[in-house]
Amino acid sequence: MLLEVRDLHVEFRTRDGVARAVNGVTFGVDEGETLAVLGESGSGKSVTAQAVMGILDTPPGRITAGEILFRGQDLLKFREEDRRKVRGAQMAMIFQDALSSLNPVLSVGAQLGEMFTVHRGASRKDARAKAVELMDRVRIPGAAARVGDYPHQFSGGMRQRIMIAMALALEPALIIADEPTTALDVTVQAQVMDLLAELQRELHMGLVLITHDLGVVADVADRIAVMYAGTIVESALVHDIYKAPAHPYTKGLLESIPRLDQKGRELYAIKGLPPNLLHIPPGCAFNPRCPMARDVCRTDVPPLYEVTGAGPDRRSACHFWRECLDG
Amino acid sequence: MGRYVIRRLLQMIPVFIGATLLIFLMVNVMGDPIAGLCGDRQCDPATATQLRREFGLDKPVWQQYATYMGNVFTGDFGTAFNGQEVTELMSGAFPVTVRLTVVAVLFEVVIGITLGVVTGLRRGRPVDTGVLLVTLVVISVPTFVTGLLLQLLLGVKWAWISPSVSSEAPFGELIVPGLVLASVSLAYVTRLTRTSIAENRRADYVRTAVAKGLPRRRVVTRHLLRNSLIPVITFIGTDIGALMGGAIVTERIFNIHGVGFQLYQGILRQNTQTVVGFVTVLVLVFLVANLLVDLLYAVLDPRIRYA
Amino acid sequence: MPEHPTPPEEPRPLPAMPPGPHLPGDGPASEDGAIAATGMGGAMDLATEQGDSLRKGPAGPGAPGGAGGPGGPGGPDGTGPQEKPRSLWSDAWRDLRRNPVFIISGLVILFLVVISLWPSLIASGNPLKCDLAKSQEGSQPGHPFGYNGQGCDVYTRTVYGARVSVTVGVCATLGVAVLGSVLGGLAGFFGGAWDAILSRITDIFFAIPVVLGGLVLLSVVTSSTVWPVIGFMVLLGWPQLSRIARGSVISTRQNDYVQAARALGASNSRMMLRHITPNAVAPVIVVATIALGTYISLEATLSFLGVGLRPPTVSWGIDISSASQYIRTAPHALLWPAGALAVTVLAFIMLGDAVRDALDPKLR
Repeated sequence: MLLEVRDLHVEFRTRDGVARAVNGVTFGVDEGETLAVLGESGSGKSVTAQAVMGILDTPPGRITAGEILFRGQDLLKFREEDRRKVRGAQMAMIFQDALSSLNPVLSVGAQLGEMFTVHRGASRKDARAKAVELMDRVRIPGAAARVGDYPHQFSGGMRQRIMIAMALALEPALIIADEPTTALDVTVQAQVMDLLAELQRELHMGLVLITHDLGVVADVADRIAVMYAGTIVESALVHDIYKAPAHPYTKGLLESIPRLDQKGRELYAIKGLPPNLLHIPPGCAFNPRCPMARDVCRTDVPPLYEVTGAGPDRRSACHFWRECLDG
Repeated sequence: MGRYVIRRLLQMIPVFIGATLLIFLMVNVMGDPIAGLCGDRQCDPATATQLRREFGLDKPVWQQYATYMGNVFTGDFGTAFNGQEVTELMSGAFPVTVRLTVVAVLFEVVIGITLGVVTGLRRGRPVDTGVLLVTLVVISVPTFVTGLLLQLLLGVKWAWISPSVSSEAPFGELIVPGLVLASVSLAYVTRLTRTSIAENRRADYVRTAVAKGLPRRRVVTRHLLRNSLIPVITFIGTDIGALMGGAIVTERIFNIHGVGFQLYQGILRQNTQTVVGFVTVLVLVFLVANLLVDLLYAVLDPRIRYA
Repeated sequence: MPEHPTPPEEPRPLPAMPPGPHLPGDGPASEDGAIAATGMGGAMDLATEQGDSLRKGPAGPGAPGGAGGPGGPGGPDGTGPQEKPRSLWSDAWRDLRRNPVFIISGLVILFLVVISLWPSLIASGNPLKCDLAKSQEGSQPGHPFGYNGQGCDVYTRTVYGARVSVTVGVCATLGVAVLGSVLGGLAGFFGGAWDAILSRITDIFFAIPVVLGGLVLLSVVTSSTVWPVIGFMVLLGWPQLSRIARGSVISTRQNDYVQAARALGASNSRMMLRHITPNAVAPVIVVATIALGTYISLEATLSFLGVGLRPPTVSWGIDISSASQYIRTAPHALLWPAGALAVTVLAFIMLGDAVRDALDPKLR
């Protein structure tokens, strides 16, 4: 396994109390595999990604328990300097909003080239040449002429390509993409996503794709991990999950996608709101919104059950996953 | 860029005219310039009338202003009470005040920015709280009190410095006066840098820089500082004009014969030519400093440059 | 953690950046702060900073941490416009009551107001009764602060000096706030030529160093009342507040609910009174509070230069100024009034700071 996260817990100390953003997340990604982490805002998926990258704001954030194994070594036990050398070189991150994530006062060439000067000790000239090469690779037209331009001079799609180029610069083994296309126009979204998927195949990288967009997931992901209130509630291969979800939350998500063949029917929506992370409900965190909830759901936290008979390596954190699969 | 500079230059013109006219009017309200010319004695009416005609004072104010400005642009700032050319007074006074301002700006840059960066990166820690408190105290105590106290302690009690500055006013003697002049701005630069650093520290591009695996030092100097210092540098630039104008208090405390001293004398003796001349130059300095800051701003922030 | 979706092409301003160099009539922020230094010294700039950060709230699109500022709570998608000022101010008030900085500075100011109204409450002596024989004597029973160079009781004079300082501060601030916010507010609301002219006029006033202007204007005044000094402060201080008010009105005007009110056909006067004023007034109040402190300080500076107030008026500025001649032999005569002055200025700055923090939901 390239990356294995085991029972990760992250808390945020706020003025109003401790927000438990991540409560025991476990997942893994292999080389060349794409794992989609799916969830609503506030489900803890971005925090998980930041914890893995080691860029969590501490304080207020704090990793309270768990392991993050990268090629078998626990990153949480690394010294900061060693951790830094992993970042960018062996695992890289693509952020949602490229405009704010790129430094506004440095040229894109300088920001790309920096990867080579810092991690590889390249000369400025070589770094610049590499930057042009990278921009070519992510298909930015006229790369050589635009290498000195600033982020605000590029369109949204082009900026996101630059973010991708920056992440790919040192050909890391793992890429974490946090909502890489959410800020883009729909037409550009597909182009950027295709580019990312293509490069991932080419370089045989592991990709953790964080998103709330089920459409994106179906196209590129191998596996899905669905997050709710800081835990993984279901994980499975993509086509298995689309065929028959084993958790009522996943089911609700799938049913809320508008479909052309159901035109005219009222769109399904999961009732209620995501839980307040300061006061996560007892028992199953999803129970107040769950159509299948029974008494046991309000008292017992469901473990991540092994789901059998509906695809390989499948898990669900629902006491009634069998029922859910059937109906 | 070129068009931008030209537009800014054109915009300076009405401000320059307005500000100098305002001062011209204020000085005219201030008193009869002729009275000053005859020294302590009362001018006899005939001489007064003659002087009036000589200086064009019988004409309407706007005409006097136009004549004066016309002269100024040929380098003629008129004559002071003792018959000295105002330009001569300026050539003696401005270098002193410029040196004083340079010292003050250096203090702002070196101490202000350093303290701001340190506190901004350690927001909420004891260092931060302590420095913040000190800046508030510095801001609350009027500059002249700070000056008097420093003069008393360093100059008289401990005799580290000479309590008054010699007429040559070399840099060495201007260190403490420069610190006094800078004190309030220094506190402000610290606060501004701190706020700016603390806000930018959470910015997405800083997070990106960390995610790229850059060493902390490089994240701070190359990514965080570069962005955070833009407002600070603009402030310091615009502060230059204010410092030169505000030097009047510091110069009085430390007996420095600079612009403030000459202006003070000019006002005491109701010498219009000196006052208007010096203020005109100060206004020009202020406007040019602002122009330079705007240009610098465009250099530092590419989003302005290409807008 | 909540995630803030950001409009893709929205230009995101650098936080805490003074708005760009000024180009005539482009955008709300361009004129403000182009000349960052006010010439009033750092404290006044501090005030501007406070106002700026408050004002930026509602206008700043996608600033990290979400939309903040006076228009923040409720926001465009929140409750109706009538709810907004009430909830903002009551929220702020709840915050303030728990803030020790606010309580302490508030108590200091309350105390100052009380002793400036009834100084005899804590000082039984006559501030004008001096005995040259006791010149420069130190602390002694009944006269804790000692005597100044003229043999006047420093304690009594310090207590009585509060009245003038507070009067100057309050009157100058009121004048500046009313004149500045009316002119600036109207310019911001109506825009156009009037706005452009006002902006140029404020530029002109900013180009004149304040202390210098005070020296020139006040050197001819022979009146021994406080009014010339107050008048001068209003004359040179209003551009400051007018900029704040203008920027504040412009950014409030751009809020969706104000646009909605306009679309629904609200009249200009109704828009100004009901929708804009309650939301635009916060930065003005904050800046005015801090400015009050700086005016008190400015009065002292002018008195030190010999053009502010004149004896027999009792003021801290005059006392500090006259004590400065005896500073080597009787520093106590300078330290007490200077300390009182500093505490007063500090109290107003901290009060403004606390109010700013309470009104700025971003910092919660």
